[in-house]
Amino acid sequence: MRPGEASAVDAPVSPVGFTESTHPVRDEPDLLATRHAVRSAAVAAGFDLVGQTMIVTAASELVRNAYIHGGGGTLTISAIGAAHGRRGLRLTVADSGPGIQDVEAALTDGFSTGAGLGHGLGGTRRLVDEFAIDTEAGRGTTVTVVRWVT
Amino acid sequence: MTAPPPAGVPIIRLGDILLTGLLDDLDDKTALRFTEELTERIADEGARGVVIDISRLEIIDSFVARVLTESAAAGRLLGARMIVAGMRPAVAITLCGLGLALSGVETALTAERAVAALGWRRDPARVHGSRPHATR
Ligand SMILES: Nc1ncnc2c1ncn2[C@@H]1O[C@H](COP(=O)(O)OP(=O)(O)OP(=O)(O)O)[C@@H](O)[C@H]1O
Ligand SMILES: [Mg+2]
Repeated sequence: MRPGEASAVDAPVSPVGFTESTHPVRDEPDLLATRHAVRSAAVAAGFDLVGQTMIVTAASELVRNAYIHGGGGTLTISAIGAAHGRRGLRLTVADSGPGIQDVEAALTDGFSTGAGLGHGLGGTRRLVDEFAIDTEAGRGTTVTVVRWVT
Repeated sequence: MTAPPPAGVPIIRLGDILLTGLLDDLDDKTALRFTEELTERIADEGARGVVIDISRLEIIDSFVARVLTESAAAGRLLGARMIVAGMRPAVAITLCGLGLALSGVETALTAERAVAALGWRRDPARVHGSRPHATR
Protein backbone atom coordinates (compact mmCIF):
# COMPACT_ATOMS: atom_id res chain seq x y z
CA MET A 1 0.00 0.00 0.00
CA ARG A 2 1.09 3.50 -0.75
CA PRO A 3 0.38 5.79 2.20
CA GLY A 4 -2.28 8.42 1.67
CA GLU A 5 -4.04 6.43 -1.00
CA ALA A 6 -7.48 4.86 -0.83
CA SER A 7 -7.97 6.15 2.70
CA ALA A 8 -11.57 4.90 2.68
CA VAL A 9 -10.28 1.37 2.90
CA ASP A 10 -7.40 1.90 5.30
CA ALA A 11 -7.99 -0.12 8.39
CA PRO A 12 -6.11 -0.29 11.66
CA VAL A 13 -3.60 -3.08 11.39
CA SER A 14 -3.26 -5.40 14.32
CA PRO A 15 0.34 -5.80 15.48
CA VAL A 16 -0.11 -9.51 16.01
CA GLY A 17 -0.42 -11.96 13.15
CA PHE A 18 -0.32 -9.32 10.42
CA THR A 19 0.60 -10.78 7.08
CA GLU A 20 0.95 -9.31 3.64
CA SER A 21 2.04 -10.89 0.38
CA THR A 22 2.40 -9.60 -3.16
CA HIS A 23 1.84 -11.76 -6.24
CA PRO A 24 2.60 -11.04 -9.89
CA VAL A 25 -0.20 -10.91 -12.47
CA ARG A 26 1.58 -11.44 -15.78
CA ASP A 27 0.04 -14.47 -17.44
CA GLU A 28 -2.76 -17.02 -17.25
CA PRO A 29 -1.14 -19.31 -14.68
CA ASP A 30 -0.84 -16.24 -12.43
CA LEU A 31 -4.64 -15.83 -12.57
CA LEU A 32 -5.04 -19.27 -11.01
CA ALA A 33 -2.13 -18.83 -8.58
CA THR A 34 -3.53 -15.55 -7.23
CA ARG A 35 -6.94 -17.17 -6.71
CA HIS A 36 -5.35 -19.95 -4.68
CA ALA A 37 -3.39 -17.43 -2.61
CA VAL A 38 -6.55 -15.47 -1.80
CA ARG A 39 -8.40 -18.67 -0.92
CA SER A 40 -5.67 -19.67 1.56
CA ALA A 41 -5.61 -16.20 3.10
CA ALA A 42 -9.43 -16.21 3.39
CA VAL A 43 -9.41 -19.59 5.13
CA ALA A 44 -6.65 -18.39 7.49
CA ALA A 45 -8.61 -15.20 8.28
CA GLY A 46 -11.62 -17.28 9.30
CA PHE A 47 -14.07 -16.57 6.46
CA ASP A 48 -16.96 -19.00 6.06
CA LEU A 49 -17.49 -20.71 2.71
CA VAL A 50 -19.72 -17.96 1.27
CA GLY A 51 -17.27 -15.26 2.44
CA GLN A 52 -14.33 -17.18 0.92
CA THR A 53 -16.20 -17.64 -2.34
CA MET A 54 -17.07 -13.93 -2.52
CA ILE A 55 -13.55 -12.64 -1.84
CA VAL A 56 -11.94 -15.17 -4.20
CA THR A 57 -14.44 -14.24 -6.92
CA ALA A 58 -13.75 -10.54 -6.34
CA ALA A 59 -10.01 -11.23 -6.62
CA SER A 60 -10.54 -13.19 -9.82
CA GLU A 61 -12.42 -10.27 -11.42
CA LEU A 62 -9.85 -7.64 -10.39
CA VAL A 63 -6.83 -9.73 -11.34
CA ARG A 64 -8.35 -10.58 -14.72
CA ASN A 65 -9.05 -6.89 -15.33
CA ALA A 66 -5.44 -6.04 -14.48
CA TYR A 67 -4.27 -8.78 -16.87
CA ILE A 68 -6.67 -8.08 -19.77
CA HIS A 69 -7.21 -4.32 -19.59
CA GLY A 70 -4.14 -3.21 -17.60
CA GLY A 71 -1.47 -5.29 -19.30
CA GLY A 72 -0.58 -7.09 -16.06
CA GLY A 73 0.28 -5.93 -12.58
CA THR A 74 0.33 -7.17 -9.01
CA LEU A 75 -2.02 -8.38 -6.30
CA THR A 76 -1.25 -7.61 -2.66
CA ILE A 77 -3.15 -9.58 -0.03
CA SER A 78 -3.21 -8.10 3.48
CA ALA A 79 -4.71 -9.73 6.52
CA ILE A 80 -6.15 -6.86 8.52
CA GLY A 81 -7.67 -6.63 11.96
CA ALA A 82 -9.04 -3.94 14.21
CA ALA A 83 -8.16 -3.61 17.89
CA HIS A 84 -11.51 -5.05 18.95
CA GLY A 85 -10.84 -8.22 17.03
CA ARG A 86 -12.63 -7.73 13.71
CA ARG A 87 -10.73 -9.55 10.99
CA GLY A 88 -10.71 -9.20 7.27
CA LEU A 89 -8.73 -9.20 4.06
CA ARG A 90 -7.63 -6.27 1.97
CA LEU A 91 -6.81 -6.90 -1.69
CA THR A 92 -4.89 -4.32 -3.70
CA VAL A 93 -4.70 -4.94 -7.43
CA ALA A 94 -2.40 -2.51 -9.22
CA ASP A 95 -1.39 -2.16 -12.84
CA SER A 96 0.36 0.52 -14.88
CA GLY A 97 -1.87 0.18 -17.92
CA PRO A 98 -3.97 2.79 -19.74
CA GLY A 99 -6.19 3.62 -16.74
CA ILE A 100 -9.99 3.75 -16.75
CA GLN A 101 -11.42 6.60 -18.83
CA ASP A 102 -14.79 6.82 -17.10
CA VAL A 103 -14.98 5.11 -13.71
CA GLU A 104 -18.76 5.61 -13.35
CA ALA A 105 -19.36 3.92 -16.70
CA ALA A 106 -16.92 1.11 -15.87
CA LEU A 107 -18.85 0.37 -12.68
CA THR A 108 -22.16 0.10 -14.56
CA ASP A 109 -23.34 -3.46 -15.14
CA GLY A 110 -23.16 -4.30 -18.81
CA PHE A 111 -20.44 -1.75 -19.64
CA SER A 112 -17.41 -3.32 -21.30
CA THR A 113 -14.84 -1.98 -23.73
CA GLY A 114 -13.99 -5.60 -24.56
CA ALA A 115 -15.82 -8.87 -25.13
CA GLY A 116 -16.81 -9.30 -21.47
CA LEU A 117 -20.22 -9.16 -19.84
CA GLY A 118 -19.18 -5.95 -18.09
CA HIS A 119 -20.17 -7.17 -14.65
CA GLY A 120 -16.67 -7.57 -13.24
CA LEU A 121 -16.14 -4.20 -11.60
CA GLY A 122 -19.72 -3.38 -10.56
CA GLY A 123 -20.24 -6.95 -9.37
CA THR A 124 -17.02 -6.93 -7.37
CA ARG A 125 -18.17 -3.81 -5.53
CA ARG A 126 -21.25 -5.74 -4.36
CA LEU A 127 -19.14 -8.68 -3.10
CA VAL A 128 -17.01 -6.59 -0.72
CA ASP A 129 -17.53 -4.19 2.18
CA GLU A 130 -15.18 -1.43 1.02
CA PHE A 131 -14.16 -0.57 -2.52
CA ALA A 132 -11.91 2.15 -3.95
CA ILE A 133 -10.50 2.85 -7.41
CA ASP A 134 -7.49 5.05 -8.04
CA THR A 135 -6.90 5.50 -11.74
CA GLU A 136 -5.36 8.00 -14.10
CA ALA A 137 -5.11 7.95 -17.87
CA GLY A 138 -1.72 6.66 -18.92
CA ARG A 139 -0.57 5.96 -15.36
CA GLY A 140 -2.55 2.88 -14.41
CA THR A 141 -5.22 1.59 -12.11
CA THR A 142 -5.24 0.47 -8.48
CA VAL A 143 -8.37 -1.14 -7.07
CA THR A 144 -8.46 -1.73 -3.31
CA VAL A 145 -11.18 -3.80 -1.66
CA VAL A 146 -11.83 -5.00 1.89
CA ARG A 147 -14.12 -7.74 3.06
CA TRP A 148 -14.65 -8.34 6.76
CA VAL A 149 -15.30 -11.70 8.33
CA THR A 150 -18.97 -11.61 9.32
CA MET B 1 -11.61 -30.45 -42.11
CA THR B 2 -10.57 -27.74 -39.70
CA ALA B 3 -11.57 -29.48 -36.48
CA PRO B 4 -10.18 -27.68 -33.42
CA PRO B 5 -7.61 -29.55 -31.36
CA PRO B 6 -9.32 -31.56 -28.61
CA ALA B 7 -10.16 -29.44 -25.56
CA GLY B 8 -8.90 -30.53 -22.18
CA VAL B 9 -12.50 -31.12 -21.10
CA PRO B 10 -13.93 -34.62 -21.64
CA ILE B 11 -17.37 -34.86 -23.25
CA ILE B 12 -19.09 -38.21 -22.69
CA ARG B 13 -21.95 -39.55 -24.78
CA LEU B 14 -24.95 -41.32 -23.19
CA GLY B 15 -27.26 -42.27 -26.03
CA ASP B 16 -28.43 -38.99 -27.54
CA ILE B 17 -27.25 -37.00 -24.52
CA LEU B 18 -23.84 -35.43 -24.00
CA LEU B 19 -22.46 -35.18 -20.47
CA THR B 20 -19.57 -32.88 -19.66
CA GLY B 21 -18.17 -31.01 -16.71
CA LEU B 22 -15.92 -28.06 -16.00
CA LEU B 23 -13.01 -28.16 -13.56
CA ASP B 24 -11.96 -25.36 -11.25
CA ASP B 25 -8.53 -24.77 -12.75
CA LEU B 26 -9.95 -24.09 -16.18
CA ASP B 27 -7.71 -21.71 -18.09
CA ASP B 28 -9.09 -19.23 -20.59
CA LYS B 29 -7.95 -21.02 -23.74
CA THR B 30 -9.39 -24.35 -22.61
CA ALA B 31 -12.64 -22.63 -21.69
CA LEU B 32 -13.05 -21.04 -25.10
CA ARG B 33 -12.15 -24.28 -26.91
CA PHE B 34 -14.68 -26.08 -24.73
CA THR B 35 -17.56 -24.03 -26.18
CA GLU B 36 -16.36 -24.77 -29.72
CA GLU B 37 -15.85 -28.47 -29.21
CA LEU B 38 -19.14 -28.97 -27.36
CA THR B 39 -21.05 -27.14 -30.07
CA GLU B 40 -19.43 -29.22 -32.81
CA ARG B 41 -20.13 -32.45 -30.95
CA ILE B 42 -23.81 -31.48 -30.60
CA ALA B 43 -24.08 -31.02 -34.35
CA ASP B 44 -21.95 -34.05 -35.33
CA GLU B 45 -23.72 -36.45 -32.98
CA GLY B 46 -27.20 -34.97 -33.17
CA ALA B 47 -27.37 -34.59 -29.40
CA ARG B 48 -30.87 -33.91 -28.08
CA GLY B 49 -29.73 -32.77 -24.67
CA VAL B 50 -26.53 -31.67 -22.92
CA VAL B 51 -25.65 -31.68 -19.23
CA ILE B 52 -22.80 -29.42 -18.11
CA ASP B 53 -21.80 -30.49 -14.60
CA ILE B 54 -20.28 -27.58 -12.64
CA SER B 55 -20.21 -29.24 -9.21
CA ARG B 56 -16.39 -29.05 -9.20
CA LEU B 57 -16.29 -25.27 -9.70
CA GLU B 58 -15.35 -23.54 -6.45
CA ILE B 59 -15.96 -20.14 -7.99
CA ILE B 60 -17.69 -18.79 -11.09
CA ASP B 61 -16.47 -15.37 -12.13
CA SER B 62 -17.85 -13.30 -15.00
CA PHE B 63 -15.51 -15.05 -17.45
CA VAL B 64 -16.76 -18.55 -16.59
CA ALA B 65 -20.34 -17.24 -16.47
CA ARG B 66 -19.87 -16.03 -20.02
CA VAL B 67 -18.48 -19.40 -21.12
CA LEU B 68 -21.51 -21.16 -19.62
CA THR B 69 -24.03 -18.70 -21.05
CA GLU B 70 -22.49 -18.81 -24.53
CA SER B 71 -22.13 -22.60 -24.56
CA ALA B 72 -25.77 -22.99 -23.53
CA ALA B 73 -26.94 -20.46 -26.10
CA ALA B 74 -24.94 -22.04 -28.94
CA GLY B 75 -26.21 -25.54 -28.11
CA ARG B 76 -29.78 -24.31 -27.88
CA LEU B 77 -29.48 -22.73 -31.32
CA LEU B 78 -28.64 -26.22 -32.63
CA GLY B 79 -31.80 -27.61 -31.05
CA ALA B 80 -30.28 -29.23 -27.96
CA ARG B 81 -31.74 -28.81 -24.48
CA MET B 82 -28.87 -27.48 -22.37
CA ILE B 83 -28.79 -27.99 -18.60
CA VAL B 84 -26.14 -26.59 -16.26
CA ALA B 85 -26.09 -28.80 -13.16
CA GLY B 86 -24.57 -29.04 -9.72
CA MET B 87 -23.79 -25.44 -8.81
CA ARG B 88 -22.51 -25.13 -5.24
CA PRO B 89 -24.70 -23.02 -2.91
CA ALA B 90 -21.90 -20.54 -2.11
CA VAL B 91 -21.28 -20.10 -5.84
CA ALA B 92 -24.99 -19.44 -6.46
CA ILE B 93 -25.08 -16.73 -3.78
CA THR B 94 -21.91 -15.12 -5.13
CA LEU B 95 -23.14 -15.16 -8.74
CA CYS B 96 -26.29 -13.32 -7.67
CA GLY B 97 -24.04 -10.72 -6.02
CA LEU B 98 -22.14 -10.33 -9.28
CA GLY B 99 -25.49 -9.79 -10.99
CA LEU B 100 -25.02 -12.84 -13.21
CA ALA B 101 -27.86 -15.24 -12.42
CA LEU B 102 -27.31 -17.15 -15.71
CA SER B 103 -30.80 -16.06 -16.78
CA GLY B 104 -32.03 -18.03 -19.75
CA VAL B 105 -29.87 -21.03 -18.83
CA GLU B 106 -31.73 -24.13 -17.59
CA THR B 107 -30.24 -25.47 -14.34
CA ALA B 108 -30.58 -28.55 -12.14
CA LEU B 109 -29.44 -29.34 -8.60
CA THR B 110 -27.36 -32.34 -9.69
CA ALA B 111 -26.14 -33.87 -12.93
CA GLU B 112 -28.22 -36.94 -12.14
CA ARG B 113 -31.42 -34.88 -11.98
CA ALA B 114 -30.47 -33.13 -15.20
CA VAL B 115 -29.91 -36.42 -16.97
CA ALA B 116 -33.25 -37.69 -15.61
CA ALA B 117 -34.97 -34.51 -16.83
CA LEU B 118 -33.65 -35.34 -20.29
CA GLY B 119 -35.40 -38.71 -20.08
CA TRP B 120 -32.38 -40.91 -19.42
CA ARG B 121 -32.78 -43.36 -16.53
CA ARG B 122 -30.05 -45.41 -14.91
CA ASP B 123 -30.61 -48.93 -13.67
CA PRO B 124 -33.20 -48.44 -10.84
CA ALA B 125 -31.33 -50.96 -8.69
CA ARG B 126 -28.34 -48.62 -8.57
CA VAL B 127 -30.10 -45.33 -7.90
CA HIS B 128 -29.38 -45.05 -4.19
CA GLY B 129 -26.25 -43.69 -2.57
CA SER B 130 -24.77 -42.39 -5.80
CA ARG B 131 -22.83 -39.19 -6.39
CA PRO B 132 -23.37 -37.07 -9.50
CA HIS B 133 -20.05 -38.16 -10.96
CA ALA B 134 -21.04 -41.81 -10.74
CA THR B 135 -23.09 -41.35 -13.91
CA ARG B 136 -19.96 -41.08 -16.05
N1 LIG C 1 -7.40 -2.44 -14.73
C1 LIG C 1 -8.05 -1.80 -15.72
N2 LIG C 1 -7.38 -1.00 -16.59
C2 LIG C 1 -8.03 -0.35 -17.59
N3 LIG C 1 -9.37 -0.44 -17.81
C3 LIG C 1 -10.09 -1.23 -16.98
C4 LIG C 1 -9.48 -1.94 -15.89
N4 LIG C 1 -10.46 -2.62 -15.23
C5 LIG C 1 -11.61 -2.35 -15.89
N5 LIG C 1 -11.39 -1.51 -16.93
C6 LIG C 1 -12.41 -0.96 -17.85
O1 LIG C 1 -13.68 -1.06 -17.22
C7 LIG C 1 -14.57 -1.84 -18.06
C8 LIG C 1 -15.51 -2.61 -17.17
O2 LIG C 1 -14.80 -3.62 -16.43
P1 LIG C 1 -15.57 -4.93 -15.99
O3 LIG C 1 -14.62 -5.82 -15.27
O4 LIG C 1 -16.82 -4.51 -15.29
O5 LIG C 1 -16.01 -5.57 -17.37
P2 LIG C 1 -15.14 -6.40 -18.44
O6 LIG C 1 -13.80 -6.75 -17.86
O7 LIG C 1 -15.12 -5.64 -19.72
O8 LIG C 1 -16.02 -7.71 -18.61
P3 LIG C 1 -16.22 -8.90 -17.54
O9 LIG C 1 -17.69 -8.94 -17.25
O10 LIG C 1 -15.75 -10.13 -18.23
O11 LIG C 1 -15.41 -8.57 -16.34
C9 LIG C 1 -13.66 -2.69 -18.93
O12 LIG C 1 -14.28 -3.06 -20.13
C10 LIG C 1 -12.47 -1.74 -19.16
O13 LIG C 1 -12.77 -0.81 -20.17
MG1 LIG D 1 -13.64 -7.64 -16.00
